[in-house]
Amino acid sequence: MSGIFQSSIGRKLVMSITGLFLVLFLLFHMSMNLVAAFSGPAYNAVCEFLGTNWYALAATAVLALGFVFHIIYAFILTIRNRKARGNNSYAVTAKPKNVEWASQNMLVLGIIVVVGIGLHLAHFWYKMMFAELAGMENQFGATDGAAWITYWFGQPAVAAVYVVWLVALWFHLTHGFWSAIQTLGWNNNIWIERWECISKIFATVVCAGFIIVVLGFALGIFPMFNSPVCGA
Amino acid sequence: MAEKNITVTLRVWRQANAKAKGEFKDYKVTSTTDTSFLETLDILNEDLVSKGEEPITFDHDCREGICGMCSLYINGHPHGPATLATTCQLYMRRFKDGEVITVEPWRSAAFPVIKDLMVDRNAFDKIQQAGGYVSFNCGGAQDANAIPIPKEKADLAMDAATCVGCGACVAACKNGSAMLFVSAKVSQFALLPQGKAEAARRAKAMVAKMDELGFGNCTNTRACEAECPKGISISNIARLNREFLVAKLKD
Repeated sequence: MSGIFQSSIGRKLVMSITGLFLVLFLLFHMSMNLVAAFSGPAYNAVCEFLGTNWYALAATAVLALGFVFHIIYAFILTIRNRKARGNNSYAVTAKPKNVEWASQNMLVLGIIVVVGIGLHLAHFWYKMMFAELAGMENQFGATDGAAWITYWFGQPAVAAVYVVWLVALWFHLTHGFWSAIQTLGWNNNIWIERWECISKIFATVVCAGFIIVVLGFALGIFPMFNSPVCGA
Repeated sequence: MAEKNITVTLRVWRQANAKAKGEFKDYKVTSTTDTSFLETLDILNEDLVSKGEEPITFDHDCREGICGMCSLYINGHPHGPATLATTCQLYMRRFKDGEVITVEPWRSAAFPVIKDLMVDRNAFDKIQQAGGYVSFNCGGAQDANAIPIPKEKADLAMDAATCVGCGACVAACKNGSAMLFVSAKVSQFALLPQGKAEAARRAKAMVAKMDELGFGNCTNTRACEAECPKGISISNIARLNREFLVAKLKD
């Protein structure tokens, strides 16, 4: 293991492992959101169950670490790559076919995703988990996730920003997922096309799952059953 | 297709030496559609010499696509617009009459410009010297068929070995990464029983040298693979990652 993280492949390994971990989290988060599409009380039961118990807190801390490492290494790698590229840029460049646009713009897409996460944490995490920990009072309370969703996504501007954010995430995932597998070395001539295909399907399923919930609430279709959600 | 005359403007990077500040210079040159791109540069150089000007310096040797000496970044592509071909295999029929063709050197911190279009690619030799070989004791050579090798493995090793080390992968990569080259050189041995014995040491030594020489980190954009004149697949990069990570985990 000596010096593995000082090597180029070792640094990419950090991006790969943290990326795959975040991919799993997205799948979990998206599945949880779908509950809100069906029933407000059911979604709130999930919110209460996760709440602020020690397991949820520990998982949140690990998740935050995953994000931090992924982001820090993204910048470390980009700085090193810019340096390797040198100061002289080409006068004429042409994108070869088979090169995905997303693959050459992962940092920009990542920055859009991070800004979106900041907004998202302010909208939900700060009002829910953080509020519960800090004992802060707010208009809907810390565990009424359904009310928060209805409140935020009911505002067209907020819903639009979320959709833009999720589209950027889609692009990030279409490259990131198979790229992580490639970095682990789990690839060959046959599987490379398969992983790229799986990547696109996975990114589409996850992002569509998120976007459906945003749009459903924005249009007032969700939750489909037993509204009003607030129990008011 | 009948041979036709073609007049193009070559916008060529001129740089007196490694330290000098370079710039583009335009040259009008008349060639024919059946003339190769390098021959067109020869025609231009002959003209420059006869006028008493400094000819354009560019790398070339075999002119049949096997030595890896020619380079040139032509109209945004390493080795020009043709696919699976080196610059010496590029003909003027690829271009339109009156076209402005921009010719640049490979641009990467690890490949500094020596003069005009010629860059220093010694970094590749240093990576090879770090581990791109098989060592064995002297003595009578074994019969070639003494060690059975599956056909698929032999084919993959041969595909990797077609890398001529021209550096187009580095030139194409937005990160200046040499992973395609190194992975081809690691794969051509790692796939064969004769090379397997030293596979772990080789992968570690070559990657360490690659990092030391200032090449970038691979982000799997596949630009190298698309521009490689020999069609080296990035599945070789996956193999290198695998070889390297397994070797490091065993340490």
